[in-house]
Amino acid sequence: MSVLHKEDGSDRKIVLVGCPNVGKSVVFNSLTGAYTTVSNYPGTSVEVSRGHCQIAGERYQVLDTPGMYSLLPITEEERVGRRILFEEDPFVVLHVVDARNLERMLPMTIQLIEAGLPVMLLINIIDEAERIGMHIDIALLDEKLGIPVVGAAIGRKRGLGELRQAIASYQPRPATFAYAADLEKDIQRIAGLMRGRYRLAARSLALLLMQRDEELQELMRAGEGENAAAVAETVNAVVFERRVDLHLRISLERKRICKGLLAGVISQRAGGGPAFAERLSALTMNPWTGIPLLLAVLYFGLYKFVGGFGAGTVVDLLEGAIFEENLNPWAIAWFERHVPWYWLRELVVGEYGLFTLGVRYAVAIVLPIVGTFFIAFAMIEDSGYFPRLAMLVDRVFKRLGLNGRAVIPMVLGFGCDTMATVVTRTLETVRERILATLLLALVIPCSAQMGVILALLSGVPGALAVWVVTLTGIFLLVGLLAARIVPGERPMFYMEIPPMRLPQPRNVLVKTLTRMQWYFLEIFPLFMIASVLLWAGKLSGALDWLVGALQPVMGLLGLPHETAAAFIFGFFRRDFGAAGLYDLQTNGLLDPVQLTVAAVTLTLFVPCVAQFLIMKKERGWRVALIIFALVTTLAFGAGWALNRLLLVTGMPG
Amino acid sequence: MRVSAKAEEILEALWIATEEEGMPAADLAVLGVEADDQGLVELLGLSYVDLEGGLVSLRQEGRDEARMTVRRHRLAERLMMDILDIQGAPGDDRACEFEHLLHHGVDTKICTLLNHPTTCPHGKPIPPGECCDRARLDGRVGVVALTELKPGDPGEIAYLAAGDVRKMQKLMSMGVLPGTSVLLLRTYPTYIFKVGQSEFAVDEELAGEIFVRRGQE
Repeated sequence: MSVLHKEDGSDRKIVLVGCPNVGKSVVFNSLTGAYTTVSNYPGTSVEVSRGHCQIAGERYQVLDTPGMYSLLPITEEERVGRRILFEEDPFVVLHVVDARNLERMLPMTIQLIEAGLPVMLLINIIDEAERIGMHIDIALLDEKLGIPVVGAAIGRKRGLGELRQAIASYQPRPATFAYAADLEKDIQRIAGLMRGRYRLAARSLALLLMQRDEELQELMRAGEGENAAAVAETVNAVVFERRVDLHLRISLERKRICKGLLAGVISQRAGGGPAFAERLSALTMNPWTGIPLLLAVLYFGLYKFVGGFGAGTVVDLLEGAIFEENLNPWAIAWFERHVPWYWLRELVVGEYGLFTLGVRYAVAIVLPIVGTFFIAFAMIEDSGYFPRLAMLVDRVFKRLGLNGRAVIPMVLGFGCDTMATVVTRTLETVRERILATLLLALVIPCSAQMGVILALLSGVPGALAVWVVTLTGIFLLVGLLAARIVPGERPMFYMEIPPMRLPQPRNVLVKTLTRMQWYFLEIFPLFMIASVLLWAGKLSGALDWLVGALQPVMGLLGLPHETAAAFIFGFFRRDFGAAGLYDLQTNGLLDPVQLTVAAVTLTLFVPCVAQFLIMKKERGWRVALIIFALVTTLAFGAGWALNRLLLVTGMPG
Repeated sequence: MRVSAKAEEILEALWIATEEEGMPAADLAVLGVEADDQGLVELLGLSYVDLEGGLVSLRQEGRDEARMTVRRHRLAERLMMDILDIQGAPGDDRACEFEHLLHHGVDTKICTLLNHPTTCPHGKPIPPGECCDRARLDGRVGVVALTELKPGDPGEIAYLAAGDVRKMQKLMSMGVLPGTSVLLLRTYPTYIFKVGQSEFAVDEELAGEIFVRRGQE
């Protein structure tokens, strides 16, 4: 077999599977080294990382699958994970488990072996298990399971050599595990009837059919042809006979098998007291200490690191010192000298030029802000803080028709709303996705925009507070109303709370680079398009017309006419708009009330063109257009009301 | 010694009128019977009740029987409405028929199954039986939803009652299975419990669908 593989030029494949939070990506990174490609699995929206490694002279391709709890898929991610297992023809399926939860995770190993996959078990994070006094007899488990078992703490570089060696010398060893006699009889009743050839073992297929796996029903129908009706009939009969407790029965049987396998394998001594991580974990989940901690994370992570360092120090260096002082004057001078055509000079180095505006914005302003945000986000993500944040806000989010899980796209929205809109896919129901998309489009300012707005409002005492209060109020109000109006089932919240860990610098780096790469590939072209559109608009006069058309609206909000241009730009990049306001403020054209109203309206106003396109792609034209119209109305409505309110109360300033 | 269904109906109505509504005796019209009613004659023969001038009163000898009759009726109501989900008038009717079958320890079994309820679906008290007293003395609480535990309480998962099959599967694949020990860590803002070495967060709704046998420390 392996010779055939080499002849057609494909490498042997190592597929990593396992629950979330078992250190799969750390294993992946340790095996593959620096170069990784992350792409959507063909025909799906789920991302899969691929990399390569060399073990004992043999080249392997390594695939990291999304987190998976069982072979019976519930989420889109699990479905894709299973497809990978059966479509990629793996040389070895490496099941990664957390040593501390071996008993809970072993049933999945049983399922993988049962399916006839070439399984190898990696018991990871074994150092933590030892710390709590757990000892695992790896050799005994290896013998009992009948597949290679490796114990490791890959994050601590322990066991990596053994793992590589075990992969190099891997030989598939078939094994079966017997369920209770009555269950076995039913499995045989179905498996015995099947005539088709499948990539997964008949036994496993029979079990999954009994559990009403729709995807596999299709597969069975295709594989069996005329025989399909007979198989389906038997499956239905078994399902009916076992209607009371089939799923439970199968789970309990697996648990029983695992208990037997682990007898004598795990020995528990008294371990150390609660570690610092556990005490910290408890603090993050108690609202009294958790909310101050959250504020601290926001202050240091977002405000200081992203707002201060990224949007301040790095932007000043790149934009001020490099672009404004050196690159731009040089490029403009070069074009003045060598390019006789006005329109081309305008296109490249003009007011809205590809280089002077597009590249400068993308590289010097947005990239450092988004980059620092992604670093902070990856660190928070890897520390295991998000599930804790999710449980903390679940009650509030329920009122908004969402569940705690939605906090992850919401926080990501502070980095880039466009990317966050893509991430709303991880929410379970269509209703939650629509609500989250709406809130992202309306209230969450992206990091680029927020950087400029913070700078803008910092000069006016009270303006920032009004901005925060207004946005929070609108977030809650719109969320409450939308949750009542948008139809659909109520969300449920359940989440595993992984142990808190210190983020690994390498992992944070890889994640940040991958996200920045995505960001650049998706967003950079849009910057260019925006520059060209603005340039065409300026030359043709369409921009002036549009600005003219928007001017009466600005009047209603009590804003000077010049702000209309900022709003038009705002659609091309949210931060263009904010930057436009910044120019107006530096020229002294805005008083404190106008500044606050303009900042609030602009934050609420229609998302940038990139986010709109992603909304259309993810939610379809109808929903995207409804959200667009709603957001525009709300933005100007809120701006108008705020202006009135501020004029009456005399706040701020 | 068993009394007839008809006699049980009279005892029941009499208990409600005298014990719960505080009247010394009940008019024949209130009980809905004639003086020559078979059931009434039976009760008079047993010296469970007295009949004087159209007023029926409960004698000491009949108190136990009357109390248990009311208990059976209200347990039957709970069974119909909570477990069999037959609501409203049909539920009341079925309960009326069903109560007469709850003899020979069947009432005790149902009472235990329902975890010794204290009130009927209409809010009236269910007179406690021996089983309830014994459970109280032993401090047994039976199977309760996870929401009934306090932070720090251990327990063992008895069964999952999630209405949605997918949610059940998710819980089971995460290792939340009957027979597993759990330790409740927090109840606010969401329920956090520990299974093995892992912690899970679930909302109140889902926590209410995980039933546990309270553990002993």
